[in-house]
Amino acid sequence: MKWKVRCLMVNVINPGIYSTIQDLGRFGFQNYGVPISGVMDNYSAKLANNILNNDENDAVLEITIKGPTLKFQTNAVICLTGADLSPKINNVPTVNFKPILIKKGDVLSFGRLNHGVRCYLAVLDGFQTPLVMKSRSMYKNVTDSFVLNKNDVLPIKKISKELDFNPIEFNNDYFETEVIEVYKGPEFDKLSEDEQNKLLTQRFTISKNNNRMAYQLNELLENKLQPIITSLVMPGTVQLTPSGTLIILMRDCQTTGGYPRVLQLSEQGNNTLAQKFTNNTIEFKLLAH
Amino acid sequence: MINFKLTYKLFGERSILIEWPDRIQEDILKDILNFKEIIEIKLYELIVEINYAYNSILISYKNPISNFKQHESELKRIYKTSKNQTVLESRIWKIPVCYDILFGIDSEEIIQAKDIDFEQLIALHTEPLYTVFFTGFLPGFLYLGGLLEELYFPRKDNPRLSVKKGSVAIGQSQTGIYPNESPGGWNVIGNSPIKLFNPNSDAPCKIKGGDKIKFCSISLEEHRHINQMIEMGFYEMESEVFNG
Repeated sequence: MKWKVRCLMVNVINPGIYSTIQDLGRFGFQNYGVPISGVMDNYSAKLANNILNNDENDAVLEITIKGPTLKFQTNAVICLTGADLSPKINNVPTVNFKPILIKKGDVLSFGRLNHGVRCYLAVLDGFQTPLVMKSRSMYKNVTDSFVLNKNDVLPIKKISKELDFNPIEFNNDYFETEVIEVYKGPEFDKLSEDEQNKLLTQRFTISKNNNRMAYQLNELLENKLQPIITSLVMPGTVQLTPSGTLIILMRDCQTTGGYPRVLQLSEQGNNTLAQKFTNNTIEFKLLAH
Repeated sequence: MINFKLTYKLFGERSILIEWPDRIQEDILKDILNFKEIIEIKLYELIVEINYAYNSILISYKNPISNFKQHESELKRIYKTSKNQTVLESRIWKIPVCYDILFGIDSEEIIQAKDIDFEQLIALHTEPLYTVFFTGFLPGFLYLGGLLEELYFPRKDNPRLSVKKGSVAIGQSQTGIYPNESPGGWNVIGNSPIKLFNPNSDAPCKIKGGDKIKFCSISLEEHRHINQMIEMGFYEMESEVFNG
């Protein structure tokens, strides 16, 4: 990535496993087949921005499992939330959930994953990567770059406002729970009573196929439903394939799909799942509308 | 216009799914597009966006929906009034396709299975006026109706990991163009140089639901030429207003 705008920079020395710039999403373009994208764990990303008094939609770095190494070429204020990846500044341990002052030349790196899956790095006023279709969220064939690479540079703004941060209350209990809250999907009532019961009482395991597009579950559910005519889906839609696999769609999911939609995760259910990984177990809890 | 029996369902916290009868037909498409247009005008301040497919509309509201029944009756009222207003204009787009076997890597297999020759394959594929139903699957991927039954051909058992950008392909009873390189299980019979999706344009896709498409066969030479024109920014896709 090369930025023409003169901006202050953060250098990517090591990109980590899968780090992307995300805001709350790209809205208004689904009828062109463009996914919503945006942060997987909305709650944590908004929290990071709120702690810095940012706009909730300011772009953050979503860090997955193994963190990047970033060198700041300017003074900055950052905040980390979400997964605990043992963050360090110049190799000295630092903490999540607090504004941290960074000096020009400081290096932010990460260590062991202690809990959760996705960590959010917010900077004062947000990352200034290009807006494409009203969003900075990275997505292949929409933004020039779709994942952070070595030697990328991330533009940030100069500190221009008076620094004044108020403590913010938050609740991270959802990192510990296995319960994912759901609503009935459009085809839920077509399932037999037996299948409905299994879906809502059985414990499911997250398969190794889990990423920003979808999470697959290991346990199968017998599927006697007819495929549907290609219809509309969104993040949090739980699809049932002909072979009985349950697929939970995530932020980068396609806009349409032809599998029966048996459940729809609540928005908090999406956040909870975004902090789970391969072999973690979950159970669905039905909410009444 | 026909009055369809619609069902309204709450979908998640802040979306409503409206469904038409389970059929793929142009009357339904027109009804969907018309209703969508009018909801967008009437409920402008309440909604984030509306998406649509063969027989459904998904409305995403700005706020969680606490009173579904009230929203439902409001939508039903709008549907009734929408019957008196038609606001849509459609276009026919001419899309150049090079059917040379250099691109049409699955043409040979189709020709043999169908016992037709290469010229017949091109004639059958370029004959219909295809209807654009909606965009989905990938940014800029058009769902088209109108493939002749003579060309129905099953999807590949093992999808390719990479199908070239611009590939024109057949998947069972459907045909389409891959707007970008992607994995895919359809049978590739040609390639179009045109750009179907441009994220940096105000109108990322020019072709939309309700429009028509006519494929026209071009040579390798013409394909190369159009490609160059597109890269230099000189190429305009041919189109005209369609009053169906």
